[in-house]
Amino acid sequence: MKVNDNLRTPLKRARGLGSAKDGTGHFIDQRITAIALVFLTLYVVGLVVWLIGADYATVRATVAQPWNAILLVAFLVASFWHAKLGLQVIVEDYVHTPWLAAVSQLAVIFVCALAGLASVLAVIRISLGA
Amino acid sequence: MVTSILHRGTGIVLVLGSLLLACGLMSLAAGPEQWSGFSGFARSPLGFLILFGWSWSLAFHLVNGIRHLLQDAGLGFSIDSFVRNSWISVFGSLVLTALVWVVAMTQWGGA
Repeated sequence: MKVNDNLRTPLKRARGLGSAKDGTGHFIDQRITAIALVFLTLYVVGLVVWLIGADYATVRATVAQPWNAILLVAFLVASFWHAKLGLQVIVEDYVHTPWLAAVSQLAVIFVCALAGLASVLAVIRISLGA
Repeated sequence: MVTSILHRGTGIVLVLGSLLLACGLMSLAAGPEQWSGFSGFARSPLGFLILFGWSWSLAFHLVNGIRHLLQDAGLGFSIDSFVRNSWISVFGSLVLTALVWVVAMTQWGGA
């Protein structure tokens, strides 16, 4: 039997790995973004198909329309948030080396946040004509 | 089980697709030259392949995702309906993809 080499009891250590006080938060956020994306995806696909063959000025003017810009930003935020939540679970399930799992989780968060910010900024620039 | 793995696989494809979408919006914001580079790539054979894979991934993740939401509500757990719904996800997404491409090609032809 392994000698307990620190002063914490096994129960205390087990408790330390317990609740982070946000048990169902991930699940609920994933579902909320999923429901939003059902509608927003249909809208964005419709918008993209509508714009097929259109020239630069038309595409830009269409994206700049307030409702299109608002719904696009909503789509982008929901998408990259949903992507972060989904990728997080995939890393949790398949990456078992602790340092690699931590690096992967950080990379997921940074890539999703950066791509989300960059694409939202692009829509803002387009809609403000900058 | 297959649909569960496909849901994850298509999810990863959609993340990559979203990164391309971010590139597209940034090139649209940057100016006509950058935009024509992006749209030129989208019209290339490789671009079509990517768009096709992306559109099916999106259709599958959408249909199967709605199925997941219904399962969260406690529906569709008997073995019969589970198997049937898996097939709905697979064939429904193929039909949806075909539909989008037919409309898209009509749109392109008319433009």
